[in-house]
Amino acid sequence: MITPPAPLDSSGAPSSALPGRRMVLGADRPMPLDGGGQLGPFTLAYQTYGTLNADKSNAILVCHALTGDQYVADRHPITGKPGWWEMLVGPGRPVDTDRFFVICSNVIGGCMGSTGPHDVNPATGQPYAIDFPVITIGDMVRAQALLIDALGIDQLFCVIGGSMGGMQVLQWAVAYPERVFAAVPIATAARHSAQNIAFHEVGRQAIMADPEWRDGAYQHAGANPARGLAVARMAAHITYLSEAALHRKFGRNLQSRQAITFGFDADFQVESYLRYQGASFVDRFDANSYLYITRAMDYFDLAAEHGGQLAQAFRVGAKGTPVRFCLASFSSDWLFPTSESRAVVHALNAVAANVSFVEIETDKGHDAFLLDEPEFHQVIRGFISGCADHRGLKRRV
Amino acid sequence: MMDATVIPPRTDIRSDLRRIADMVSDGARVLDVGCGDGDLLDLLTRVKGVDGRGMELGMDGVRACVSRGLSVIQGDADTDLKEYPSDAFDYVILSQTLQATRDPRGVLLQMLRIGRRVIVSFPNFGYWRVRLALLLTGRMPVTDRLGFQWWETPNIHFCTIADFTALCDDLGGVRVERSAILDHDGRQLTSNAASWWANWSGEQGIFLLRRD
Repeated sequence: MITPPAPLDSSGAPSSALPGRRMVLGADRPMPLDGGGQLGPFTLAYQTYGTLNADKSNAILVCHALTGDQYVADRHPITGKPGWWEMLVGPGRPVDTDRFFVICSNVIGGCMGSTGPHDVNPATGQPYAIDFPVITIGDMVRAQALLIDALGIDQLFCVIGGSMGGMQVLQWAVAYPERVFAAVPIATAARHSAQNIAFHEVGRQAIMADPEWRDGAYQHAGANPARGLAVARMAAHITYLSEAALHRKFGRNLQSRQAITFGFDADFQVESYLRYQGASFVDRFDANSYLYITRAMDYFDLAAEHGGQLAQAFRVGAKGTPVRFCLASFSSDWLFPTSESRAVVHALNAVAANVSFVEIETDKGHDAFLLDEPEFHQVIRGFISGCADHRGLKRRV
Repeated sequence: MMDATVIPPRTDIRSDLRRIADMVSDGARVLDVGCGDGDLLDLLTRVKGVDGRGMELGMDGVRACVSRGLSVIQGDADTDLKEYPSDAFDYVILSQTLQATRDPRGVLLQMLRIGRRVIVSFPNFGYWRVRLALLLTGRMPVTDRLGFQWWETPNIHFCTIADFTALCDDLGGVRVERSAILDHDGRQLTSNAASWWANWSGEQGIFLLRRD
C-alpha cells in the first residue's frame, strides 16, 4: 500500500519522502558525464514489478518520458492518478509482470527522488539549482546501467519507452548492445528536430522569464516559478496532441458560459483545459528539472558520434547490432512523426538488423503512446511475447 | 547448410507457399518481400527454423505480422530494398508480388544483390484460361486468382512464364536452379519451365534463382 505524501513544497523539493526504492550509485567511483565532469554519489529512485527469475534473464527496463517518472504502474503518490503506463504494464498486460521483472527508474536530473538540481550540492550545502551539471540522454542511460549492475542483471531482456523514453531505448541499444536482448523505441527519434528544440526553448524561456525563477536559485529564496512552469507545460501539451484530437475534444465549445465575454477569461474549453494542465503540473514537477531534462533531449543525436551516419551507430564490430528492435509510431504524431522512426528503421536495415516497424493509425497525436490504443498494445504484446519465446523465457516466473 | 527438408502437407496453408517453403534450407536467413499477413514467414519459422524478416506495403499486414511475433517492417519493394546491404540474406522471397511492382526488373536485381538465392512466384498470364478469355471475350481476363477489373488492379506488370525466363536470361549471371509450374489447385504440373506446355497449362510459376 502506498500512502500519498504531501506534494512538493514551495521550494520545489519533496516535502516528505516519496514511496518506492532508492539506490545510491557512483559512491566508490563517480559516474563520468558527457558534458565533462562527473556525478557521484547519486541516487536513483525506482520501482519494480514482478519477480526476477533465477538466471536474471527476464528483466524489462521501462524508460519514462520528459515529465514521466518511476510510477509506471503504481498510483501516483502526488496526483493519486493511476500509473502512467498501467494499460501496458501489469499482470496479463503486454508487458506482463507475471512473466517479466519490470524496472522503472526516475532519470537523473528528475525530481521524483533521483538526484537532480533541487538536491543539495555537497560542495556548497545549498541546492544545486543551475549549478547541477547539464546531463544528456547518454548520462541518464549510464546511470540506469549502474542500477542494473547493482541489481546483478547482466542483460536486460527488453528496454522499452516512448518519446524521451524511446531516446533512452535507442541509447541503450547503441551503448550496450550486448546487454539488451530486445529494444522497443516508441514515438521517438534518433535526434531531436529543430522544431522540437524550438518548442523546448519556448518552455525554458517561460520558466526563466518568471521573476520567481530568480536565476534558478528559487529554492534558496523559498520561491517557485510556478507560472512560468505552467506556461511551459501548456505550450508543450499542445505539441502532444493533434489538431483533430483538440477539435474532437473541445471544438470551439465555451467553458461554463453561454456566450463569449469579450475579455481574457478562459472562454473556451480548450483554454480552461490547458490552464488546468499547467496548474496541476507544477504540483509534481520542479522547474529546474524541466530545464535540465528538456536540454538533455535537445542534445540527443545518436548519429553525431558516428560521423553523422546513423547506421554506423548500429554496427557492432563488423556486424550489425544483435538487438531485436520493434519501432512504433503514430500517424497523427507531429512531434515525433513516422518519418523519424522510419529513419531509424532504414539505418537498422542497412546493417541487416532484426527490426519490426509499425505505424498506428490514430488521431490522438504524440500522446497516443500513453493512451488506450488496442492495436498498439496488440503489437507490443506480440513482439515481446515472440521475443520472450525466442529467449526461452517461461510463461510465468 | 542442411538440405531442404520436405514439409508435411497442411491443408490450411496455401499450396504455393508450401512449395516455396520446400525450396528453403533449414535455419536460413530469409527476407520475404510483400509478406502479407505473414503466413509464409510463420511457416518458415515454425517448420524450417529460419531467421525470417518481412517487408509489407500494407499497414494492416504489418500489424498482423508483428502481433504474431514476426519481424516485419512497412516498406515498398520498389524503393526500400536498396537500404539492405549486399548478401544480407540466404533467400529473398517475392511471392505473388512481382506483377504489382513498378519496376519488376529493378526489384529482381535488388533481390539478387541482397540474397544469395531468390524465390519468385507469380501468376502466369500465358495460362490457357487467360489467353482464351482475352481471345473469346476481347476483355481483360478476370479469374478467381486475378479477380480485379483492369482499372482497379494492383497488378500492373503481368508476365507469362516465357516472359519471366526471358528476363532471367536477359539479366545475365542468373541461373534458374529450380522451378515449379502449378495448376489451378496448386499441384505441380512440371518442373520444366521452358516447355510450351508449362506456359500454356500453368496457372502460376515458382522460380528459385541463384547468381552464377
